Amino acid sequence: MEFLNGLVFLTNFVIIPATAYGAQLALGALGITLVYAILRFSNFAHGDTMAFGTAVAIKITAGLVALGVTLGPLPTALLALPIAIIVTGLLLLGTDWLIYKFYREQKAKPVILVIVSLGVMFVMNGLTRVFIGVRDIQFTDGARFVITVRQFRDATGLDEGLAIRTTQAITLVTAVIVMAALFWFLNRTRTGKSMRAFSDNEDLALLSGIDPDRVVRVTWLIVAALATTAGVLYGLDKSFKAFTYFQLLLPMFAAAIVGGIGNPVGAIVGGFLIAFAEVTITYPLKKVLTYWLPESMAPEGLVQLMSGDYKFAVSFMILIIVLLFRPTGLFKGQSI
Amino acid sequence: MTDTLRTGLFTGLVVLLIVGTGVLDNWNLALIIVNYGLISAIMALGVNLQWGLAGLFNVGVMGFVALGGLASVLISMPPVPEAWSAGGVQVLGALAFGLAVIVALVASYKRTSGRLRAGLMIVLMIAGFFIFRSIFDAGVAAIESVNPASTGFLGGLNFGGDSGRDWPWIVVIGWPVGGLLAAGAAWVIGKTALGLRSDYLAIATLGIAEIIIAVLKNENWMSRGVMNVIGLPRPVPYETDLQADPGFVEAAANLGVDPVTASTISVKLAYSGLFGVFLIVLLILAQRALHSPWGRMMRAIRDNEVAAEAMGKDVTRRHLQVFVIGSAICGLAGAMMTTLDGQLTPAGYQPLRFTFLVWVMVIVGGSGNNFGAALGGMLIWWLWVAVGEYGPDLMVWATSALSDDSALRQSLVDSAPQMRFLVMGTVLLLILRFSPRGILPEK
Repeated sequence: MEFLNGLVFLTNFVIIPATAYGAQLALGALGITLVYAILRFSNFAHGDTMAFGTAVAIKITAGLVALGVTLGPLPTALLALPIAIIVTGLLLLGTDWLIYKFYREQKAKPVILVIVSLGVMFVMNGLTRVFIGVRDIQFTDGARFVITVRQFRDATGLDEGLAIRTTQAITLVTAVIVMAALFWFLNRTRTGKSMRAFSDNEDLALLSGIDPDRVVRVTWLIVAALATTAGVLYGLDKSFKAFTYFQLLLPMFAAAIVGGIGNPVGAIVGGFLIAFAEVTITYPLKKVLTYWLPESMAPEGLVQLMSGDYKFAVSFMILIIVLLFRPTGLFKGQSI
Repeated sequence: MTDTLRTGLFTGLVVLLIVGTGVLDNWNLALIIVNYGLISAIMALGVNLQWGLAGLFNVGVMGFVALGGLASVLISMPPVPEAWSAGGVQVLGALAFGLAVIVALVASYKRTSGRLRAGLMIVLMIAGFFIFRSIFDAGVAAIESVNPASTGFLGGLNFGGDSGRDWPWIVVIGWPVGGLLAAGAAWVIGKTALGLRSDYLAIATLGIAEIIIAVLKNENWMSRGVMNVIGLPRPVPYETDLQADPGFVEAAANLGVDPVTASTISVKLAYSGLFGVFLIVLLILAQRALHSPWGRMMRAIRDNEVAAEAMGKDVTRRHLQVFVIGSAICGLAGAMMTTLDGQLTPAGYQPLRFTFLVWVMVIVGGSGNNFGAALGGMLIWWLWVAVGEYGPDLMVWATSALSDDSALRQSLVDSAPQMRFLVMGTVLLLILRFSPRGILPEK
């Protein structure tokens, strides 16, 4: 019983939040890794792309709710998501046509493209701020919980409760669907295969008649879909704030690099790894240990290894350790 | 167009913009822009040394700037004796213990191998962490409980009276100390991260900067965290003292200015003088470095690492060297800025403002050219303030076709201050596209 209570507590406060957060990070890291694999630069504007996409989704959600269109128990934002993806996709295609294309044709060094992406980051950040402001925005509606603490306690008779929020459940379901669709696309369709070929060896891909412009266009569209989905899920789960999305850049990059940048499987594993490490290290584990250890060994302190504000430090330490000992990441990533 | 003429024209433009602000708006604002502009120019010099001269992609500028600010607090604030006696020794002891554990970890990594190494390191790490936390946490709690509303931290090293006003000179000493603190941090970071590829180095430095800010926000015993340290002593006179000084009031009256305006302007001019001296000295040093054999070697490494290494240059050491020097300059500027602000507010450090804006300054001004970077710092700072200051007015005028109560107009006017980011990004992208080497290109 003691053991079960501890397990339920751990699941409620660590495992479920970390899984949802991990899925969001993984979707974000997938976007970063795809840009890196196909366009061959680290896209610093990715966090702000997410913010932009989410801002569009929030505006559309507000419009839908005003018209009286809702999804019942599900958040209305899910209905707004496809439209937001299209808008973000158009923005990314426009950015590519107006800015990145020039440097690609010049065969500029990757670091120049990174600096260009800093400029794009500024512009997108400004756009988002002008468009929706800098405040914290909650835009989730519908049912709040799939299972509440009370229902769980009544059903199981345990002391500790377990709650699953709708947003957490939706995050997982959506993430699984999106990831499955992405892998199906990359491995089974002609376009997906041409993308992988282009990523493996650009010259060879060009020789075999793959249209590079098409590959780039499709990549940006997929990146828009991934970024907007990740952003909306994160915003539903927590809240939307332009600056928080910018800060997500660090854990997302850490996830992509730890998994092996340019490798989609790595991005997913990396996302969950970073999320679990962050949540476990910054959550006070006192109660779990009180349940699990014999009474004489029960901890006095909170057993919070690091305060919550140091969560960046966690992703960062993992990043540095992996980079120092296994520079290509856990799964073999690209190195240019 | 010769380089000298180009530099002259660019300087003229910056002077014109600032004088224009003074004449058309007010001189207080113009001088505020000058003071922060001088500091920005120093930061831009530091980044230019790393990027322009050595090609190191450091996007952790904010961290070094914040460390400089921390040093300025640790030097210029009066100490809190009660806090020192409550837990000062304990906290310093805990930190020394932590350092010893790290040294022991490094030693055991180097001296032993195999299972013994893994076991030893894990034991050291876990035992060290918990012993450290138990000493450290108690000391921190003791310090933070000393009058938490106004102090609750150890204070600084300024023994010039209760408010520290008797020792104004120590504030200026705090600035180079800020540089030293940043240099120390840069050395540790450089040792671990400089071997990485350029974009990995970028992510690593971005992360370090966030961690430094997190430390500043959390470690209340050091600098009060998010409760901020306010009322930092100044190296220049206080406005109220000047206004109470009969000699000053008379001098102001002779010039036909009222004493209040005269005092605010003189204080700002005093700061400009101090910052100007630092900037000029650094510019001379940076120019000397650029044209010395050392500078040529750095550029050779930047342009072709493999060739430079084949010629017997120690690339890693040179990178570490320039990384430390550049970060030290950013730290110096950060300490100056905290003094000028008169307060340390960790929540105010945002990467867009303190890292990426400095990058815009360097790239727009001309990376690899010291004058370009410094003038770019002044120009971009002016633009940043101008968009924030005049943007809303401009937006009111631009939307005057819309009716007053139109929601669109309202939201456009409200969001006008946010236009800064849009403008900065556009400027950066335009320069990168049409003049990729900046306004004053490297020779």
